[in-house]
Amino acid sequence: MSSKEIEIILSRQLADSLSTPVFIVDTEGNLIFYNEPAEELLGLRYEETGEMDVSQWSSLFKPENDEGIFLPPEELPLVQTLSSCLPAHGEFWINSLRGSLYKISVTSFPIIGRANRFIGAIAIFWKILEK
Amino acid sequence: MKITIWGCRGSLPSPGIHKVKYGGNTSCVQIEHKNTCIILDGGSGILRLGKSLKPDVLEINILLTHLHLDHIMGLGYFQPFYNPKCTINIWGPAGSLDSLVLRLRRYFSPPFFPVRLNEIPATLNIFEIDNSTFKIGDFSITSEYICHPGPTVGYRCELGASVVSFLPDHEPALGSCHFPNLPEWCSGFNIAQDADILFHDGQYSNLQYAQQVGWGHSSIEDAIKFAEMTNAKKLVVFHHDPTNTDSQLEDMLQQCTLNRKLDFEVIMGRENYVFMLP
Repeated sequence: MSSKEIEIILSRQLADSLSTPVFIVDTEGNLIFYNEPAEELLGLRYEETGEMDVSQWSSLFKPENDEGIFLPPEELPLVQTLSSCLPAHGEFWINSLRGSLYKISVTSFPIIGRANRFIGAIAIFWKILEK
Repeated sequence: MKITIWGCRGSLPSPGIHKVKYGGNTSCVQIEHKNTCIILDGGSGILRLGKSLKPDVLEINILLTHLHLDHIMGLGYFQPFYNPKCTINIWGPAGSLDSLVLRLRRYFSPPFFPVRLNEIPATLNIFEIDNSTFKIGDFSITSEYICHPGPTVGYRCELGASVVSFLPDHEPALGSCHFPNLPEWCSGFNIAQDADILFHDGQYSNLQYAQQVGWGHSSIEDAIKFAEMTNAKKLVVFHHDPTNTDSQLEDMLQQCTLNRKLDFEVIMGRENYVFMLP
């Protein structure tokens, strides 16, 4: 077993302390951590799912636009940040596994550590509407 | 290989009659094997180390964990710097903006020091590293950023099956999730795993640590937990607080190890202490 990079570990520490839902992904897009407020919104517990690859998590919550059209992974801010290394922002709907439909606002930014190492990305999101 | 402690005090050199046993010099450990000389940190302990070197040692490798003053303050007084026949290779962590050379020049320039870096007579080769693996002689060296304010790395020095890990300034309890239960999420784990000798920060008692969380250092208790988690065979508690006397250091260690069964040895770092590994 090897440990994560210190910037990722400290990002998780920060996320763990926040009341805002947070996702952390590595450079491959694997979801390596989400905090308790994110668990609440998504209806999933990190302890139950563990890490998820990008195809799993980007389809699990069936993200869709205002017209109800499914959004492919490349249209999600977090995936855009991974490919561009730039911050991204978007609003879309997700289906909580508890059966609710939420409109969320998502802001993502790259984690660029010391010596300019690109290590992953963080998305902070919050609920703006619920159906 | 032969490993010698030349300084294990933290923060500030603190000589005195109550610190004779463990010593007052700041961070400096030497590893020797055949013709290879590796020096971990350039604290005030490096002065005596420099005087002890045989004249035929003309290539020296200095691995800096970070550039806090107690880890570099001895460099300007290291005799081989003034020997034009010497080649000195210096490794240290890359930061986010200024280069390692630029940051070292801040120390090697007035008003802090009279001799500028480019006036040093020895040949200096300066290597900036991050999460890196490189070779020095027969050694394989791994560096990785760890939890401490400012760019700071820990070093893992491997020679055959022998491993020496050096994390003199490290706060894993802050840089970890659910410390000490999730190695994958613990700062420094890769550097320390299965080390034969683990030099690790243990500056504080539990009470002192509670008042200094976030300063980048550990309690002895956390150093022991970290050594347990990483499966170290010997823990050398390092970076003693400059205010702690010999008897206080011994009391602190005793409080942490009394009535406790550990499957590895815990000792307080002590100046002039020598370890041998195959």
